Amino acid sequence: MKALRKFLDGVEPHFSEGGKWSRLAPLYEMVDTIFFVPGTVTSTAPHLRDAIDIKRSMFTVIVALMPALIFGIYNTGYQVSPDAGFLQNMLTGGIAIVPLILVSYIVGGLWELLFAVVRKHEVNEGFLVTGLLLPMTLPPDIPLWMVALGISFGVVIGKEVTGGTGYNVFNPALVARAFIFFAYPGEMSGDPVWSLADDLTAATPLAAASSVQGADAVALVSGAGYSIWDMFLGLIPGSVGGTSTLAILSGAVVLIATRIANWRIMAGGVGGMVAAALLANALAPASQNTMLSLSPLHHFVMGGFAFGIVFMATDPVSAAQTDQGRWIYGFLIGVLCVMIRVLNQAFVEGIMLSILLGNAFAPMIDYFVLRQNIAKRQRAYAKQ
Amino acid sequence: MAIKNKIDTFAGPLSRSNPITTQVLGICSALAVTVKMDTALVMSGALIFVLVGSNTIVSALRNLIPARVRIIAMLTVIATLVIFIDQLLKAYLYDISKQLSIFVGLIITNCIVLGRAEAFALKNTMWESALDGLGNAMGYGLILLLVSAARELFGNGSLLGFQIVPDFLYVEHGGWYVNNGLMLLAPGAFIILGLLIWLQRTVTGYTED
Repeated sequence: MKALRKFLDGVEPHFSEGGKWSRLAPLYEMVDTIFFVPGTVTSTAPHLRDAIDIKRSMFTVIVALMPALIFGIYNTGYQVSPDAGFLQNMLTGGIAIVPLILVSYIVGGLWELLFAVVRKHEVNEGFLVTGLLLPMTLPPDIPLWMVALGISFGVVIGKEVTGGTGYNVFNPALVARAFIFFAYPGEMSGDPVWSLADDLTAATPLAAASSVQGADAVALVSGAGYSIWDMFLGLIPGSVGGTSTLAILSGAVVLIATRIANWRIMAGGVGGMVAAALLANALAPASQNTMLSLSPLHHFVMGGFAFGIVFMATDPVSAAQTDQGRWIYGFLIGVLCVMIRVLNQAFVEGIMLSILLGNAFAPMIDYFVLRQNIAKRQRAYAKQ
Repeated sequence: MAIKNKIDTFAGPLSRSNPITTQVLGICSALAVTVKMDTALVMSGALIFVLVGSNTIVSALRNLIPARVRIIAMLTVIATLVIFIDQLLKAYLYDISKQLSIFVGLIITNCIVLGRAEAFALKNTMWESALDGLGNAMGYGLILLLVSAARELFGNGSLLGFQIVPDFLYVEHGGWYVNNGLMLLAPGAFIILGLLIWLQRTVTGYTED
């Protein structure tokens, strides 16, 4: 560590004003603050004393993502050859997934650096999370150039266009995924994409549920060999990080315990999903659409619902900012997710679109929560 | 009017006061007809004809049209021209006119046409109005051309129907390339248009309050 500090201090003059690489100052700043807590002290009030800064809090999210990621790597190998050993499967999965993550970080990082240099600000920490979230929502065999294109779109259109980190309306990782989803639907949906092995086609539980028109969706899921327990543990085909609800929940525990992500959004999301699913169940006997009969438990463990509500919806920038608003925002996402899954069979996975819609509504939710609070206080003031 | 002003009347709408990227008019047709370059070209041609014609005629009649019924009078002129060009396209460019479907007819409600008649032709001489119409229609056409070129190239791998991306690159022929399906959808046009506006405003430094 000391040698690293010495090296960084040694090259620092080149990057400060007047140095030969002064235009690349954001690069130095980025590397320096990843390894060391910056020594800068706020000179004007208010003074907050806290060991955590944005970079540290983003690292916490990375830590929370680790169980799902490691499980995803193992599962990718497991889907190819269930009988191989643990190490063999980790190796198969790693060979497929590590390149996805590297491409996402390198290409997205270059865009971040370019904008930081042109706009003369520091490289934003949020990208650490965005760059890992995107590959975890993709199928393991997606071509690398699509990942590069997707993360470019997510960083530039999803974030930098509106002013960079803190000003983005939508979650950049989801914008990137939506781009790939609509631009290259052949690589993002359908049965063949979820497994590395070319000759193996495997339907995800959601795809299985909606595969046969008019047949009972619940029976189709169990008929495809998926019990609730299987889907909870996650040894099933699906996106890299999204199959294991168990691994995602352990990440959620980290996020809630450290208060990095807001539990109200997650609770609201699960509440909305349960409410919408129960309503759908009640309507199921009157309809030909058997997707209506999927229970809340099914919706919870199927597809990317858990991953989205824990890691994507809780993005502090694009989510609602008021406590009351967070409940409403999460609830809205849960309801929309079930509605899209059940009613719009062209998009079997509803969580991506529902979070993007939730992002769009978040400022308005906050606005009305604030208005209502102001009106309440005005009434209380008038009574005195 | 000085020569410089005349040049400005014509060239302004091409860049600085472009009807699409600055005034954000005529967006619906810019989204609808720009999947391929040939439809965008024909649409631009139709608009040039209608806008120059309507501006000239409205300007010629500007002292005869009573102010209270001017909108309906202008619409009559515009609708006549639009029906004329629509019939012409059906007669001589039947395939493209089928692809353009209702969008030629909808030029009647194109905000640019009525906007220029109301804002410019009613107050200026015939010659200037014709120049203004030509400038605005070509400003519209220019953006349509850029958007459609990007959409056709990335969405179909071709330009004006000629294959640009070599066949052997495609997945079907053993390569790795896949056309971008987003470009064929209306949101693709929105994104291209947004990038164009971003580029233009970075270059010109134009901002909106």
